[in-house]
Amino acid sequence: MGAEVAGMFANVDFWAAVLRTGTPLVFGTLGVLLCERAGVLNLGIEGIMVAGALAGWLTVYAGGSLWAGVAAAACAGLAFGLLHGLLTVGLALSQHVAGLGITLLATSLSYYAYRVGFPTSTRPPTIVPFAEMTWLPVPVLSAQTPLTLLALVLVPLLALVLARTPLGLAWRMVGENPAAAEGQGLSVLRLRIGAVATGSALMGVGGAFLTLSAFNAFYFNMVNGRGWICIALVVFAGWKPGRALAGALLFAFFDALQLRLSQAGGGVVPYQVYLMLPYLLSILALVAVARHAMAPQALMRPWRRGER
Amino acid sequence: MKETVLRVAGVSKRFGRIKANEDISLTLGRGEVLALLGENGAGKSTLVSILFGHYVADAGTVEVFGTVLPPGDPAAALRAGIGMVHQHFTLADNLTVLDNVMLGTEPLWRPFSRRTRARAQLVEIGRRFGLVVDPDARVGALSVGERQRVEILKALYRDVRILILDEPTAVLTPQESEALFATLRGLVAGGLSIVFISHKLDEVLRVSQRVAVLRAGRLVTIVDVAEATKERLAEWMVGRALPRVTMRAHQRGDSACALEHVSVTGGASAALRDVSLKLHGGEVTGIAGVSGNGQSTLADLLCGLRAPDAGTVTLNGVALRADPRAWIDARVARIPEDRGAVGLIGDLPVWENAISEHYRRPFASAGLVRRSAARAHARRVIERFDVRGGGLDTPARALSGGNQQKLILGRALGGGAAQPDDFVPVLIVANQPTWGLDVGSVGYVHQRLIDACARGAAVLLISDDLDEVLALSDRVAVMHGGRLTPARPAAEWTRNALGLAMAGAGELDAA
Amino acid sequence: MRLEARGRVAPGALIGAPFVAIAFTLLVTAALVAWAGAPVGRTYALIFAGGFGSRFAWSETLTRATPLILTGLAAAVAFRARLWNIGAEGQLYAGALAAVAVGGLREGTAAAWPAAVLFPAMLVAAMAAGALLLVVPTLMRTHLRVDEVVTTLLLNFVVLLFVSMMLDGPMKDPAALGWPQSVALRDDLALGKLIDRTRVHTGLVYATGAAFLLAFVMRSTTFGFEVRAAGANPRAAAFAGVPVDRTLFLVAALSGGLAGLAGAIEVAGRTGYVTLDMSPGYGYTGIAIAMLAGLHPVGVVAAALFVAGVLVGADSMSRDLAVPTYIADVIVAVALLSMLVATLFARYRLRLR
Repeated sequence: MGAEVAGMFANVDFWAAVLRTGTPLVFGTLGVLLCERAGVLNLGIEGIMVAGALAGWLTVYAGGSLWAGVAAAACAGLAFGLLHGLLTVGLALSQHVAGLGITLLATSLSYYAYRVGFPTSTRPPTIVPFAEMTWLPVPVLSAQTPLTLLALVLVPLLALVLARTPLGLAWRMVGENPAAAEGQGLSVLRLRIGAVATGSALMGVGGAFLTLSAFNAFYFNMVNGRGWICIALVVFAGWKPGRALAGALLFAFFDALQLRLSQAGGGVVPYQVYLMLPYLLSILALVAVARHAMAPQALMRPWRRGER
Repeated sequence: MKETVLRVAGVSKRFGRIKANEDISLTLGRGEVLALLGENGAGKSTLVSILFGHYVADAGTVEVFGTVLPPGDPAAALRAGIGMVHQHFTLADNLTVLDNVMLGTEPLWRPFSRRTRARAQLVEIGRRFGLVVDPDARVGALSVGERQRVEILKALYRDVRILILDEPTAVLTPQESEALFATLRGLVAGGLSIVFISHKLDEVLRVSQRVAVLRAGRLVTIVDVAEATKERLAEWMVGRALPRVTMRAHQRGDSACALEHVSVTGGASAALRDVSLKLHGGEVTGIAGVSGNGQSTLADLLCGLRAPDAGTVTLNGVALRADPRAWIDARVARIPEDRGAVGLIGDLPVWENAISEHYRRPFASAGLVRRSAARAHARRVIERFDVRGGGLDTPARALSGGNQQKLILGRALGGGAAQPDDFVPVLIVANQPTWGLDVGSVGYVHQRLIDACARGAAVLLISDDLDEVLALSDRVAVMHGGRLTPARPAAEWTRNALGLAMAGAGELDAA
Repeated sequence: MRLEARGRVAPGALIGAPFVAIAFTLLVTAALVAWAGAPVGRTYALIFAGGFGSRFAWSETLTRATPLILTGLAAAVAFRARLWNIGAEGQLYAGALAAVAVGGLREGTAAAWPAAVLFPAMLVAAMAAGALLLVVPTLMRTHLRVDEVVTTLLLNFVVLLFVSMMLDGPMKDPAALGWPQSVALRDDLALGKLIDRTRVHTGLVYATGAAFLLAFVMRSTTFGFEVRAAGANPRAAAFAGVPVDRTLFLVAALSGGLAGLAGAIEVAGRTGYVTLDMSPGYGYTGIAIAMLAGLHPVGVVAAALFVAGVLVGADSMSRDLAVPTYIADVIVAVALLSMLVATLFARYRLRLR
């Protein structure tokens, strides 16, 4: 089997699959990262990705262009992000509970809306998704859609924004010490809500990748824990965009690997074991980095202005 | 009369039932240092928080250079030229000095920060005013004095015209304070106006031109320093005779607690290095020092929160486990540094907090809390230690700071026994026991400590406040960089020697 | 925008908050129902009738509430200690699987004990399985500083895959014709019927009993004090001598155990075997129920009845009207969020400056 595995690594298709599997995770992880760098945990991601998946697909199904679908997904994410921001930043509610509530709300609303529109369809209606960029002369990349390219561009962009712009500095500051930001005349409220809304928009696009690029229809349970994985990946990445990309791709690598292995395994080991691997590896990765994790100092700390 | 740069007119502010500020009006002239004097809780911090837009006043206006500031808007205060150095620094430890200084000084939507130019400007300002800090250092790696410099640089970088300093010397050694005063003189000479908040009379007389005295939220008077004396200021500030701590003659007893060559490894501020100390019954041992030099680690050791990495800690000759319950059972009364975060569980009611150190013994049997006995004990604690502002079922967080501290004292000194009067702790560990309390509560806490000491308890008093340490202690030791000087009788220390030891100069002698 | 604590919290405001929240919820969902083109009044009437309107409706609601009470309690006790157990779903499945492993494999002949012995053994096994699934992430938190939110969430997926593996393999029911279904529990281990000719089983007694027991434990025992203290302020609790890590460990065992028990009770009271769809998210819904109940154990019973009624009622309503059953999940989600906001406004007032 060693030769088989070696052959697989030499195979362009394998690496294309890795990049494809990793793309929604890159969007989601960047989104979580932005929220958390500004001090807000966003457990709404799982539901926001569902909402993004539906909004994107629905827009295209209703006759919009693919990019209009992406924009719609971003708007859906933005809307739920604003709600999460209002609850956790404006009203300083528990970030854990509000986030889970958002996931519950976004998921159930999406499913409800889908069922209202398509009550009995046994076969989910389809759209024509993004095409692969076969015109690109780069081997693995040419098998991807423009959304993957967007994700890859967003990584250095977010890193640059955080490290080199006044807005990025302000976002980092409200995640480290909101009192300091307020003392310098910045609105913690607006900055944090802005970060959560922007991050959630990215999550929405991550969800839309599933319906507009990876598949061509909306399925129930299609997000299937990807959002939670992103939360873990951000810890693993030490809240750094570059390492978030690496983490997402590493996870996707194991996901693609388990798929090939279970095909090659010939049924000796139950396929469920392979499916478990990515989740178990995520937990192991968390254990490995937890001791040295440098979380933003004000993460999960609600900020109440003028409280005493 | 000099040009008026700041005018406060009729400012009032309430928090719940407490009137923090009531109809306060005052002015600040150009190039003037105005001191805001008042005891803790007099409303000084509230007033400057309103000036700076952290709080919104219920009534009244703030006028800067003739323009009324919009309420509740720090950005507007900054634009108007007000800068503020908080008592608790508002810096992000994980970011660099330059990051902290630059924050909010550029338009948010500018695509790139002009860091090179900002760095040069910061270095230039630092040189001009003698405030030298490495712009690329991580703030978490700086000393307390350096952090304060960063805070002042933050304001100067914005070219403020009015600088508010909230208790700036609280965390400094006497020598560092001198350096700060020199800097302030330079700033004033350059046309800056300063509001200087303090409750220390000597400082106020030295630094300021005029003094505004606050008491219980009201402005008592504003006087020129030339017309003020220490005694008059004290009278205005307190408004009544100071509660005097009556020192009872007490006899030095046997050694109750001993630390021998104790070391704790850890972060720079957490470490202890080869500390030896004996605490005797009937004696107050004071630990002076700038906070963050290992005092909290020392307190943690003696509260049973951590074990030494090397050396021994014994109580009456017995080495105890690092378990708070073992220390409580051994009759150690513990008063933690941070009332809100460590001393009390704010969401739980007063009665549960009053017995929280004794919830297993004696106030429970077979795993069930003996509710009526526990409540009866809590009621006694409240009465004997004069805890006001709430009943047994009030959440502890609703109490004022002074009453919270009395509750903690009552819990620790009242013991778990049926009669609190009979209870004499072996050792009292009091870490910053009067921080942030009003004068009345300070006197009360001091009296309780002295009384317990007179009845034979050994008292360890850790405090940033040199005056407090000198006033109460029989012997004093100074902590710096995790090392402790030998404890010497309080009378043998001069202020200068203490200051030098606090800055670490004493280490040469010890070596 | 800023929050200001109200000087005094009117007790009426705290009691009124849930009603305001529910009223708001009904308003929001009414808009969604209208959007689906259905008559709003009739939809609500049908949901209510389907959930609470008849003996049959009540029996279905009570049956559905049984596991929800237990998962609600699991979340309530854990959240009270600020232990974020989001893994009740997986713990429920683990409990169900353990119950069948003890009381069903080879028709229970592996342990050919009388039912009087095997039944408690089955419950203990289920609780132990659920507890283990939460104890491990809790130990990882207290000793390795790994956030339990993520680990318990991810473990849900692992457990479900593990159940799927068992149903394909060692615990497969050979008579099930390819359906992924476990062997059945031994007949004499099934829970009795509480009400004749309905599906309501004695599991409801276990669940409500657990709620009242837990309420007593939280209020009147030293352990209850430890849980509340460790949750409200772990540093202060540790300072006062509360063994915080040990308390979290015990809370984890208790919380996971309750969720595991929910699985066993479902198997013994309703299904008789394990399938991959035996829980429509009871574990997640339990979190919403605990929050609706303000983490109070007895409140959990009431909240579970409400949620179960809505779920059952929506099922029956959607047979008559073109309103998808997902409206029930929307109601629960909106109720949860508006409840959080309503209780906040009972304690704070909002100032827009």
